[in-house]
Amino acid sequence: MAFFIVRRLLLVIPLLVGITFVSFIVISLAPGGPLDFLEAENPDLSPEVKRQLTELYGLDKPLIVQYGNWLMRVARLDFGRSFLPDGRPVLAKIGERMPVTLALNIIELLIIVVVAVPIGVLSATRQYSVFDKITTIFVFVGFATPDFWLALLLMSLFGAQLGWLPISGLRHINWEYLSFWRQQWDLVSHLLLPITVATFGGLAGFSRYMRQSMLEVIRQDYVQTARAKGLSEEVVIGKHALRNALLPVVTILGLSLPGLIGGSVIIESVFAIPGMGQLMVQSIYARDYPVVMGNLVIVAFLTLIANLFADLAYGLVDPRIRFGRRRGR
Amino acid sequence: MRRPGGRVLVLWVAGLLVAGCGTRAESPAESTGSDARAYGDTFVEASIGDIGALIPNLASDGASHDIGALIYDGLLRVDKNINWLPAMAESWTFAPDCLSLDFTLRRDVKWHDGHPFTAADVVFTWQTLIHPKTPAPFKEKFLQIKAVEALDPYTVRVTYPQPYGRALETWNEYILPKHLLEPYVADGKLRESPQNRHPVGTGAYRFKEWRSGEKVVVVANPDYYLGRPYISRIVYRVIPSQATIFLELKARGVDYSSLTAVQYKRQTEYPAFRKVYDKYRYPGTGYTFLAFNLKDPRFADRRVRQALAHAIDKRELMDGVAMGLAREVWGPIRPGNWAFTDKVKRYEFDATRAKEMLEEAGWKDRDGDGVVEDGGGRPFAFTIRTNQGNDERKRIAEILQQRFKDVGVKVEIQTIDWASFIKEFVKPRKFEAIVLGLGFGADPDQYVLWHSSQTDPDQMNRTGYANPEVDALLEKGRASCRQEERVKYYHRIQEILAEDIPMIFLYVRDALPVIASRVRGPDPGPAGMLWNLPEWYVPKHLQVYTAG
Repeated sequence: MAFFIVRRLLLVIPLLVGITFVSFIVISLAPGGPLDFLEAENPDLSPEVKRQLTELYGLDKPLIVQYGNWLMRVARLDFGRSFLPDGRPVLAKIGERMPVTLALNIIELLIIVVVAVPIGVLSATRQYSVFDKITTIFVFVGFATPDFWLALLLMSLFGAQLGWLPISGLRHINWEYLSFWRQQWDLVSHLLLPITVATFGGLAGFSRYMRQSMLEVIRQDYVQTARAKGLSEEVVIGKHALRNALLPVVTILGLSLPGLIGGSVIIESVFAIPGMGQLMVQSIYARDYPVVMGNLVIVAFLTLIANLFADLAYGLVDPRIRFGRRRGR
Repeated sequence: MRRPGGRVLVLWVAGLLVAGCGTRAESPAESTGSDARAYGDTFVEASIGDIGALIPNLASDGASHDIGALIYDGLLRVDKNINWLPAMAESWTFAPDCLSLDFTLRRDVKWHDGHPFTAADVVFTWQTLIHPKTPAPFKEKFLQIKAVEALDPYTVRVTYPQPYGRALETWNEYILPKHLLEPYVADGKLRESPQNRHPVGTGAYRFKEWRSGEKVVVVANPDYYLGRPYISRIVYRVIPSQATIFLELKARGVDYSSLTAVQYKRQTEYPAFRKVYDKYRYPGTGYTFLAFNLKDPRFADRRVRQALAHAIDKRELMDGVAMGLAREVWGPIRPGNWAFTDKVKRYEFDATRAKEMLEEAGWKDRDGDGVVEDGGGRPFAFTIRTNQGNDERKRIAEILQQRFKDVGVKVEIQTIDWASFIKEFVKPRKFEAIVLGLGFGADPDQYVLWHSSQTDPDQMNRTGYANPEVDALLEKGRASCRQEERVKYYHRIQEILAEDIPMIFLYVRDALPVIASRVRGPDPGPAGMLWNLPEWYVPKHLQVYTAG
């Protein structure tokens, strides 16, 4: 087991180098650079000034040298500074935006799992029942509803017309002057709509997976056997079937971990939440290479780690998979 | 207090609008209590664009400059019509030969940390901006300067190698604090200095808080040398979605923002909205144009360009793309600017006249297929290119396509993403015609746009326009510090440009801001909306926010 983990962790390093190399080249080859946007038809930016700036950012060097320099710095965990006028360290920029996105997504994921698993199980065990049909409709509506549209509708209703909830942002203008409990409520009320919207779409997909997985399992012989043994339906479904049906779901959960820090651009933009999604999109638009790359490294790393965890989790959930005995897979 | 300098140009590209000659669209303000000036209240601005830096000299985004203008001051400031007024300099004089400019500084100006402001700060700002390691996009004006010296702590002398028409405009720039920034400049670490996150300025508002991607808060500076501003606190919120800003307006969460044309015309006309907000409409900060590549022999013929100008119905264009919320322009200088003239040649919409002129130029429909051909039978067909993601420009191209077809000219349309468009087509001049926008500068200097020397790929004379008379006038206009003299040159330049028509100047879109009607004092003009913000106030009985 330990050997397996160490081997997998070591494999992460060449993978990361490969991923970053390809990303670096792709981003640099995309038309336009950080200065082209600064320049954007600005007659006051003379060619000399532009040359100065190009040198300042090290963009005059060959691509491979730029990548080499970047890699050396990253090896020492120095992700550099943003090209934007704020010139802040990449890690600081990511660090201040990560908590919001992480909190939002973890809450969202928890709600999805807690709600979707029972929905999936119920609609699988009562296939074609009224409940199943209603959830199917609900699920397809959820799939088909664009995030931003639902968001705007809810904002318009609860924010602009009823005035029950704040429309956008994270805190009230006078947040500093509120009492402690009012501050907490203020935060919660600001998060209510974004979480609702984000959950709605995810819920749909996840409950479908659960239903599908459950349907496959309850047709298996061992479920028949369990029933034949005279076990109660709750035990058959809740213990024998569910545990096996959760396997594919664990994979999906594992794969959704990197998404946790990715953030949703649409939801963050519409609700004016300063999270990772916005940061990533802004840095791509501005060709802010250091921030884009920093972001990519973190996401790539988390993806690789999440895969590892998913594999390990298999071992826990499924006794058939044992890593140590067969020296890996 | 707003600086309408170079940043205006970038604003245009970003699609944010602030400035112009103002008319108040309506003023439904009703008064019950006393409308006397009062201190207090919070003013909430919403911006789509994020804030780049709080040393705004380093940033080119509109938001950084909006906030920068509150925290920092220049030696000069502008009035409503972009005339120069004293700010931190109480007076200034040019030498008769225009080669030197002396400023006398106020003695009562203090940085927000209490440190006195002196001539050393002015010299330092110049040194900082011209430093090769300073990433300032607008340093060009400062590079024209020969030297800046402090004659005594309150007198500054600026000398120029040759007279420079934009000398005064230069000193509208935010002055930076020497005592806080000096160590960072030499190392090229200006961006990393604390000042860039927690700025100390001399302006009407003091910095309080910046939450990245969320908001910046500034509070009134009680020691402001022009008098304490009335509104106690300004919150500048970043809301990256226009739809969300609009909902916030409806819920009264935001006091100031810009509307889109549809919002202005259709979605804000109900009484509840008009009661709480004043809508304004005035010409925006930039113009949209159709530019020709004059290296193309077809467009090198002035008659062809004039004919095409006659083929365009600007009214239809403005109605089609901007719901009529725009104004025609005939040249590159902003209406209302001191150098502006409207006594130039105009090209009324007249398809028959356009056809006649094309025929004079040798373009005639010889085979009856509806497309004009030259003597060798080659049909007149060209491509209009513009950038992707700008619906307005694409629609312009489509309307022009139709109008040009009516006079027998065949047009293809191609939209390309911004970066490739500029890099592959505009800079190498590999285009026949393009639709684009440009900002009006505060100064009428047009040297980089029309001078025949400015045609390298990185330079801005994109059409390849070359006219010796215009060259001479541009040089003279740039080399004089006397406005009454410069006016003549720029009037003549506008006349010639209208005659030569290297690009068809189409229209300027209106800026469509709304301001909460409890706020008194907005008086928009060519300098924009916020130029006199420190004088705005909310009568006591109408104040909404008590904290701060």
